[in-house]
Amino acid sequence: MTTTPTAADGPTGAGADDAPAPAGPRGPGRAASVAVYVLGRLLTAIVSLFAVIVAGFFLFRILPGDPVRAMTEGREVTAEQREELRRQFGLDQPLWLQFLDYAKGLLHFDLGVSFQYREPVADLILERLGPTLLLAGTGTIIAALLGLFLGTRAGWRPGGRGDRINTAVALFFWSVPTFWLGLLLIVLLASGRGFMPGLFPTGGMVDPTLTGPVERALSTAQHMVLPIVTMVAVIYAQYLMIMRSSLMDEKGADYLTTARAKGLRDALVRRRHAVPNALLPTVTLIFLNLGQVVSGVILVETVFSWPGLGQLFYSGLQVPDIGLVQGLFVVFAASVILMNLLADLVYPLLDPRVRP
Amino acid sequence: MNHHDPPTGTLLRRTAASTAALVLIGGLSAVPAAAQEGDGSRLTVAIAQQVDSFNPFTAQLAVTTNILRHVYDRLVTIDPETNGPAPSLAEGWETSEDGLTWTFDLRDDVYFSDGEQLTADDVAWTFTTIMENDAAAIASGNYVSGFEKVTAEDDRTVVIELDEPQATMTALNVPIVPRHVWEPILEEEGDAFSEYTGDDLPTVGSGPFVLTEHSRGEHIMLRANPDHWRGAPGFDELYFRYYSEKDAAVEALRSGEVSFVYELTDAQITSLESVEDIAVNIADGKRFQAFTINPGAVTQDGEEFGDGHPALEDLTLRQAIVKAIDNEEIVRQGSNGQAVAAGGYIPPRYSDFHWSPEGEEAILDFDPDAANEMLDEAGYERGDDGVRVSPDGDRLELRMFVHSDRPDNVQAGLVIAERLADVGIEIDNRTVDPGILSDALYDAEYDLIFTGWTVNPDPDYVLSIHTCGALPTEPGTMQGDAYFCDEEYDELYEAQLAEYDPEKRAELIHRLQEVLYREAVVNVLTYPNILEAYRTDQIEDLQLEPAEGGNIWGQDGYWAWWSAQPAETSGSPTGGPSTGAVIGIGVGALVLVVAGAFLFFRRRSTMEDRE
Repeated sequence: MTTTPTAADGPTGAGADDAPAPAGPRGPGRAASVAVYVLGRLLTAIVSLFAVIVAGFFLFRILPGDPVRAMTEGREVTAEQREELRRQFGLDQPLWLQFLDYAKGLLHFDLGVSFQYREPVADLILERLGPTLLLAGTGTIIAALLGLFLGTRAGWRPGGRGDRINTAVALFFWSVPTFWLGLLLIVLLASGRGFMPGLFPTGGMVDPTLTGPVERALSTAQHMVLPIVTMVAVIYAQYLMIMRSSLMDEKGADYLTTARAKGLRDALVRRRHAVPNALLPTVTLIFLNLGQVVSGVILVETVFSWPGLGQLFYSGLQVPDIGLVQGLFVVFAASVILMNLLADLVYPLLDPRVRP
Repeated sequence: MNHHDPPTGTLLRRTAASTAALVLIGGLSAVPAAAQEGDGSRLTVAIAQQVDSFNPFTAQLAVTTNILRHVYDRLVTIDPETNGPAPSLAEGWETSEDGLTWTFDLRDDVYFSDGEQLTADDVAWTFTTIMENDAAAIASGNYVSGFEKVTAEDDRTVVIELDEPQATMTALNVPIVPRHVWEPILEEEGDAFSEYTGDDLPTVGSGPFVLTEHSRGEHIMLRANPDHWRGAPGFDELYFRYYSEKDAAVEALRSGEVSFVYELTDAQITSLESVEDIAVNIADGKRFQAFTINPGAVTQDGEEFGDGHPALEDLTLRQAIVKAIDNEEIVRQGSNGQAVAAGGYIPPRYSDFHWSPEGEEAILDFDPDAANEMLDEAGYERGDDGVRVSPDGDRLELRMFVHSDRPDNVQAGLVIAERLADVGIEIDNRTVDPGILSDALYDAEYDLIFTGWTVNPDPDYVLSIHTCGALPTEPGTMQGDAYFCDEEYDELYEAQLAEYDPEKRAELIHRLQEVLYREAVVNVLTYPNILEAYRTDQIEDLQLEPAEGGNIWGQDGYWAWWSAQPAETSGSPTGGPSTGAVIGIGVGALVLVVAGAFLFFRRRSTMEDRE
């Protein structure tokens, strides 16, 4: 937990003695190359997004099955009722016209209408965004902190007992199926079997009978525990492993010998000198994963009935609710693209070696 | 470098501490949650399906129509004792001599939840709107397709005039809505009416409950209507909670967070059977599981399409296939005994309409030797690999499409493949996604394919989908699910629809099933049981429908939740030992652990630094 603050403001290491911003006092040529770099990245992001929109539209339309048939399956409907639904969903239009309509809407941030819920996809997404950010965001932060912390310890003494146990435990949880782990936790800690009381709720986000804001917040915290534990257990290994290996890379570096020669304590050498440098690859990973936070943790949300985007996506795929699914697809992809772009832009600030 | 111990202990303790902190949060906040119970009785149902819309004109998903059934009354409901029609909004009804005019007499004591009286005008307006407005016909258009005109003769008399006699008039599953609420909505929404999701809560309806809250993906709340004309419901609140995972819902039933779960698997039922305070309800199936054989798909104009195996046009081959399959084995293997082996099309719970081949009629009973003999005689000779070849020289290798999302279908598919191998037919088992299966069906690119229907108390619809009129007008637009077309069947179908005498109609429906059975296109395998469970310490008693062997969820009336009484034993709904005490002890212990770990870290890190 103490590692993150030192990452940005470590006084030594390769990045520390450089200017805070890349567009430093090095003349107009440097500013221009920075502008070219930023523009290049922006352009790449826009092209990617466009490709995603086109691909998403056609991809979901070549999926087998027919939304109207699927939605009316097992129901006593007439051919006229089906036709009416087809007309409402715009499925009676030629494909290119449907795409034009869809693209036109996107320009005004209109993601179309969900077949299943008959509501604008954007509204549905906004409704579910909060719960997902809360769950997946908290989970990612805890997993990253835990992984960084344990990875630092493990990587500092590779092969030691701590490293072996830590890595084994992390990889064990990494390999455990999320669904199974979640259900196991529910059975153990929520269902109240035998002498074990049901400590936590089996699902959902908040007890709706509570009205006070404090009570509701506490109830949400309580509902979050099992999903967060499940999520963290399954994903923290990736942070641990990356941190561990990059710290191992740094271990032999000359500047560490210098630091020790200055008489610094081992913990200080690690914390102040080795960790800030080893942190760089991990930062990239965190950014990439933050992009995926929006898409939530579909399995965790499903096991714990968490009302987030992951669950929305899952319910949309079952129909298939093309309008909803393609809207979510665009939003998920856009958030990954955006976070990648941010990582591209922030990385030079952290590491002078990749500056344009 | 290795001048002190690897910090294993520290790591483990810190990990333990962070987990402990999480548990602590849980423990602390559990206290107010537990203290909240006790204001009014609440029945909690775990649901899995999302809500499409609470607009009764457009809502189609099972969850929504089930919930709306408690909010709006119908003209006629179903009697749980007799399975026949029973008075609801309509006290009585009569038909004209020619059968084209139905007159319904309404009760005079029905009020909507806003205090306005329900009159014949509301009924007439509801039906007329569905007839005239396509956007309002999405949910119930099928019921009014034969209506000529609906009028309110006076406040209590509704007259429905028909194009043709139709025997289904006491099974109109149409929610009657208040005109004074919905007419303005319809005008205001105009073309966008189909997108109106009825989210102005609380709803105004005449039913035993009022829909008061909906939080998408979380919960739905209904409050009892104490002034309902049938009497107040037993519970004050009906609360539907989302569980996207059924196993988690079962755990919630164990913990007491929910009172009722439905659509369980036999494994889940088995695990719940011996649990204290939980009752399982194994009800007679409403659904049949079947496979159909592609007899050669044609459109209504006779245009052939698809690529079904040509030999399947031969009745002898189709009948031999059915004779080779043991439905009892499918019950055992596919459903672990939680089903009933089928004969006729309509499940036995509808005892009037159910037909089962007996004696002479039972020409397709399981008999692999007879099946082999039939095929030998008809010229299907076995090739070198044991697979038969049709008289036209086509090898009997058949593609069978199975729903991958239905475990009982998957198991049944495996059994069928094995049994057909016994009679020299090779099965190419394609266990696939519903979407792929549906494409294969509509394009007629299959040989055998699984299907199934939930049959309503009035079976007209499931019978109608096998008339010639249900064939596609052009490839891909089929109304039914089997490309079946038979003149005798169509005549019988028309006759039953026009027959108002229940006994005579039942007789015609028996004969319809006999034709279907004999033609061996639609082959019913089993009637899966309905598996549900509820907490007896929360629900005292409730009305099954039908009363004998009936189900709780998905009734055609609102009997279960209207009749359900809260249990007297109002113990802690979370069950188990006193949760408060346990949590208190747990929290105390955790505080100690966390504090200990913290102190240890402090000491440890200063030690490290001192080195």
